[in-house]
Amino acid sequence: MSVVWATAALGLVILLLAAVHVPLGDYMARVYSSPRHLRVERWLYRATGVNPDAEQSWRRYLGGLLAFSALGLLAVYALQRLQAWLPGSLGLPAVEPSLAFNTAASFLGNTNWQSYSPEATVGLTVQMAGLAVQNFLSAAVGLAVAIAFVRGLSRRGEAGLGNVWVDLVRGTLRLLLPIAVLGALLLLLAGVIQNLNEPTTISTLTGAAHALPGGPVASQEAIKMLGTNGGGFFNANSAHPFENPNAFSNLVQILLVLIIPFSLPRTFGTMVGSRRQGVAILAVMSSIFLVSYALLTWAELSGAGAAPQAAGGAMEGKEQRFGIIGSTLFATTTTGTSTGAVNSMHDSYTALGGALPLLNMMLGEVAPGGVGSGLYGMLILAIVAVFVAGLLVGRTPEYLGKRIGRGEITLASLYLLVTPTIVLLGTALSFGVPALRESIEGTSILNPGHHGLTEVLYAFTSAANNNGSAFAGLTANTPWLNWALGLAILLGRFLPIVLVLALAGRLAAQRPVPVTAGTLPTHTPLFQGMLAGVTLLFTALTYFPVLALGPLAEGTL
Amino acid sequence: MSAPVIDSPAQGGVPPEPERPTSGGDSQPQRALGARALWAALPLALRKLDPRRMWRRPVLFIVELGALLLTALAIAEPFLAPSETATPIPGGFTWAIAAWLWATVLFGNLAEAVAEGRGKAQADSLRKTRSETPARVLATSGAGAWDRSADPAGRRATLEERASSALTIGDVVLVEAGDVIPGDGDVVHGVASVDESAITGESAPVVREAGGDRSAVTGGTRVLSDRILVRITSTPGQTFVDRMISLVEGAARRKTPNEVALDVLLATLTLVFLVVTLTLNPIASSVSAPVHLAVLVALLVCLIPTTISALLSAIGIAGMDRLVRRNVLALSGRAVEAAGDVSTLLLDKTGTITYGNRRAVGVNPLPGVDADEAWSAAVEASLADTTPEGRSVLSLALSDGPRTASALAHAALGGTPAAVALGEGAGTEADAHPAAPEGASGAAGDAAPSGLGRLTGSPVAFSATTRMSGVDRRDGSALRKGAGSAVLAWLDAAGNAPEAGVRSALEAEVARISAQGGTPLVVAEQGADGGGRALAVIHLKDVVKTGLPQKFAQLRAMGIRTVMITGDNEVTARAIAAEAGVDDVLAEATPEDKLALIKQEQAGGRMVAMTGDGTNDAPALAQADVGVAMNTGTSAAKEAGNMVDLDSDPAKLIDIVAIGKQLLITRGALTTFSIANDLAKYFAIVPAMFMGVFPQLAALNVMGLSSPASAVLSAVIFNAVVILALIPLALRGVRYRAVAASQLLGRNLLVFGLGGVIAPFVGIKLIDLVVSLLPGF
Repeated sequence: MSVVWATAALGLVILLLAAVHVPLGDYMARVYSSPRHLRVERWLYRATGVNPDAEQSWRRYLGGLLAFSALGLLAVYALQRLQAWLPGSLGLPAVEPSLAFNTAASFLGNTNWQSYSPEATVGLTVQMAGLAVQNFLSAAVGLAVAIAFVRGLSRRGEAGLGNVWVDLVRGTLRLLLPIAVLGALLLLLAGVIQNLNEPTTISTLTGAAHALPGGPVASQEAIKMLGTNGGGFFNANSAHPFENPNAFSNLVQILLVLIIPFSLPRTFGTMVGSRRQGVAILAVMSSIFLVSYALLTWAELSGAGAAPQAAGGAMEGKEQRFGIIGSTLFATTTTGTSTGAVNSMHDSYTALGGALPLLNMMLGEVAPGGVGSGLYGMLILAIVAVFVAGLLVGRTPEYLGKRIGRGEITLASLYLLVTPTIVLLGTALSFGVPALRESIEGTSILNPGHHGLTEVLYAFTSAANNNGSAFAGLTANTPWLNWALGLAILLGRFLPIVLVLALAGRLAAQRPVPVTAGTLPTHTPLFQGMLAGVTLLFTALTYFPVLALGPLAEGTL
Repeated sequence: MSAPVIDSPAQGGVPPEPERPTSGGDSQPQRALGARALWAALPLALRKLDPRRMWRRPVLFIVELGALLLTALAIAEPFLAPSETATPIPGGFTWAIAAWLWATVLFGNLAEAVAEGRGKAQADSLRKTRSETPARVLATSGAGAWDRSADPAGRRATLEERASSALTIGDVVLVEAGDVIPGDGDVVHGVASVDESAITGESAPVVREAGGDRSAVTGGTRVLSDRILVRITSTPGQTFVDRMISLVEGAARRKTPNEVALDVLLATLTLVFLVVTLTLNPIASSVSAPVHLAVLVALLVCLIPTTISALLSAIGIAGMDRLVRRNVLALSGRAVEAAGDVSTLLLDKTGTITYGNRRAVGVNPLPGVDADEAWSAAVEASLADTTPEGRSVLSLALSDGPRTASALAHAALGGTPAAVALGEGAGTEADAHPAAPEGASGAAGDAAPSGLGRLTGSPVAFSATTRMSGVDRRDGSALRKGAGSAVLAWLDAAGNAPEAGVRSALEAEVARISAQGGTPLVVAEQGADGGGRALAVIHLKDVVKTGLPQKFAQLRAMGIRTVMITGDNEVTARAIAAEAGVDDVLAEATPEDKLALIKQEQAGGRMVAMTGDGTNDAPALAQADVGVAMNTGTSAAKEAGNMVDLDSDPAKLIDIVAIGKQLLITRGALTTFSIANDLAKYFAIVPAMFMGVFPQLAALNVMGLSSPASAVLSAVIFNAVVILALIPLALRGVRYRAVAASQLLGRNLLVFGLGGVIAPFVGIKLIDLVVSLLPGF
């Protein structure tokens, strides 16, 4: 019976995405390719002194992006530090520096890792003016980088990658904002709260006093999901009934997360002038997503372990209103993208089940990945796959007519090197340096041993891959984890972006090689299989030992 | 899969290569790798262990560092307190791992040493030709200074004796019969036959003469007859032979762009695995005792792509070697790689697509003329025609003509039909130089005129004004053969204009043959009495070499466009192109047209390969991505190209492409194999590392290896032995099939990807069965 439900829920999501991804994908291609500016956009450009029609080299594009992000980081940090003096702070004090840095980095990097409990830490102003704004902007940054990279692939011997300001403005105004408004209305319809109330105190049945929080939740929730951000308005995130009250709102949230990442391959195909290339990328993303979902659902339904057996189902840490399938689909969705939202506690999953959200992130979040970052991550993997495949057919490898030479493969390889290094180094430092280990084992970890290792590994994986999903069970609000994870987020976000834009610049400057029978076709099922294989093999080879010590050792106990 | 296989030297089943005297008898490379070759390469492999040389191969250098570290540890271990580790370590374990790591490095060096060793034999014999030769330089100053205009042959000039190593560019040297040419240069005066077997392996001497496209001579070759003046064009140490030596020895080998790109990817993988191993112990410390250092180093060595890194340079050297064995000299490794990427092939029609000359393929009688008469007239009219075209009419009559004509042709050829075959088979070189010593073709050409008088009257040679040739018979009648319009004019002039029916039939036939790209020749007769008539139309055509359409179809499947270059007019060119199956033609091509075509193709992102020999080909050769100069060509052409074909066979371009592709495929295949191997090694080592503390991880021991120590050692042994096992494949190259890219990918992924995943599971298990017999393992 549960298998039927699992399939039905998935089927519904697939059906809706299948209907939407073509028009939305083409709409995004138009948004980023159109030479026309809206009046409000022109007004914005004039006000900021930007020439929207100037083409930028990859260096200038990157420079704009970094400057913009640095300002964002500073703004969110300042808002938190100055909270005590801000209106709408609900009487909350200033956030302490390491936590403020961690939170600023986290929302800037589209990660939304939350070392804090929002109800007890940030007031309405920080939530709305700081965090929600970054939810929009960090998503727009991811989209801009992806689009710039696609332009690199599609342009023929040009120096420019487009204009970063135009891409950011259009992504926000023409794409994220309208869909977010629509999403917020749907969520309101589903019963998500939307107000500016201070906490309401009620007395419970047992007579105890209980403070019920209020807030502009529906509007925050929509962009939290749509931008693959994931930072909850409340500590319980999407498990909280005010954020995600029922199965319908759960479905809306899942769709909001997946809608842009699964439509971007279409945008890519349209922009490079070969839709089947987009279909190929979509196929690889979908296959990995489906297999991951199937495995996670199987692991949870079979409920290995003493507690689930006794309870008659692996329901620990899951909400009754979502059930196992509503939880596993949500977990696969959020960790397969870079959404940190949870509607169940991954920490309480079965040992092998808990490994799957972790694996989704370790794959580099490419199935389908965060807004923008999923597409460029997958395209980088495609370039590496093409390099090996090209050699296998006796040609200097080329992707979409662009030769993958020394410079290209250097940048792509470094991209792949970044996150595993951050994850493994961060985890190793946490246990290898005695002082840090004391903090980790004394304060952070709830369950020492394999599970504790998995919790720390999960935290660094989540941060470096800009997911934000927490395994729970880990107290992350310590100076070491705040600083280390904040740094991991920034490096994990911006080093790849630098490499991706540099690569885009190189590719844009190349004139494409014409396609012949000797050209390796990159849309065939064979190549799709190879791309999926490269993705899985690279991840497996990198993380096998630590996974063996963590979830595998625990799961085979 | 029964795809056609493009001939390449690695695969056997190719036409026998000429035995190269320079190759030191090592003419069967594919079988040469026995224990003896490995043994012979061992000293060099040992010398390569020097860290100053090793660091250039970073992956192997890491293995060597690991070996050093473990050797030190093995020595120190008895004096250290036993450390608490997750894996039980038997005595001698560190020694065993260290020894096999040394073996891994050694095997990697061996691969390179064997590849280099195979070139060394060739280089040694080449070096002998470079031995000091005294050169006689024409003085340019002083009393006996050479004045070229007054004394072109330099007979009065003073000669200075100088060592060949002291020559400079511009020196003019005198070389006489029996002398070794002291350096590369151009003949500025005289003609000589030269023995170039030291370079080309071809024993027949060739003619070298001043001016024209055959003026280049190579240092180290020997003049057999006559006397020539040679202007030196390269400084000693940079001559053709010098370059050839450094090439076959691998000394001049620089990493090619693609090899560098692959190096980057391998270095990145190495870095990832370095991070994985370095962070393992700190992470493991949270749950268990640390991993023993020897196990950690073993894990690292097994994960980093040692297999491909060990074989990479051998693959490159062997690829170059395969070209050299095909008598092609690539002047840069980049060119070999570019050959694999070529998407447009420019092929000269003459010599590559067609035989050198037109040949008669039919004699068509005109209305009212019986076949016997028509054929006999055609033969008779051709008796005086000593060009290969004329000869071909005779040989056609001999094989296809009616009896009388056949007998006539037989008689005309002096009763030696074999001579006909010789005469037309020879290249243009023989025809242009009847006195050339290199073939009997000249003699065959002379045979016909001598038989002529015996048969008929006096020959009338072809002239540009009449555009006809033929015979004036003793009885006053005359036979003419020539272009339709010329022969008709000849008949008309004598008032013998053919009647309308015959005329229209003749014109139709001429038009038909022309439309097919052939050349029609009309044969007509005028009697002594003044009467005359047209008898037949001979169909001459360019004969396309056999097997070409299939070869071009293969090229098309590989995604390579072929363009035929010819001086012919468009119609003729198109017809031949259609017959040969080339994709496009460049008709009435001038050297400028060629250059423009190459630039246009390159602007579209295509890579162009071409062959050439003349000085006017030089710009195009230089512009092409792969420019193969013929060894018979001028030194300007040889300088401009990036490959030289010592056999001067333009059709070899196709093989060069296949070799280029084979080189890349071998690299890709072994990379894939190397990385795919890692999965099995993980399943051997990871459970072994932690099973002692977490017995549940035995579930990951899917191979059922007997003990943790044995599992680790077996993985290391497999990792080393697989290098040795793959050396022959690296040297031979992976078989290349001319099929579409996706098919090729599917096949190679299956063999090297899937095979690379499965093979080590089997291999490690087998090794484990042996290792487990050791005490303690």
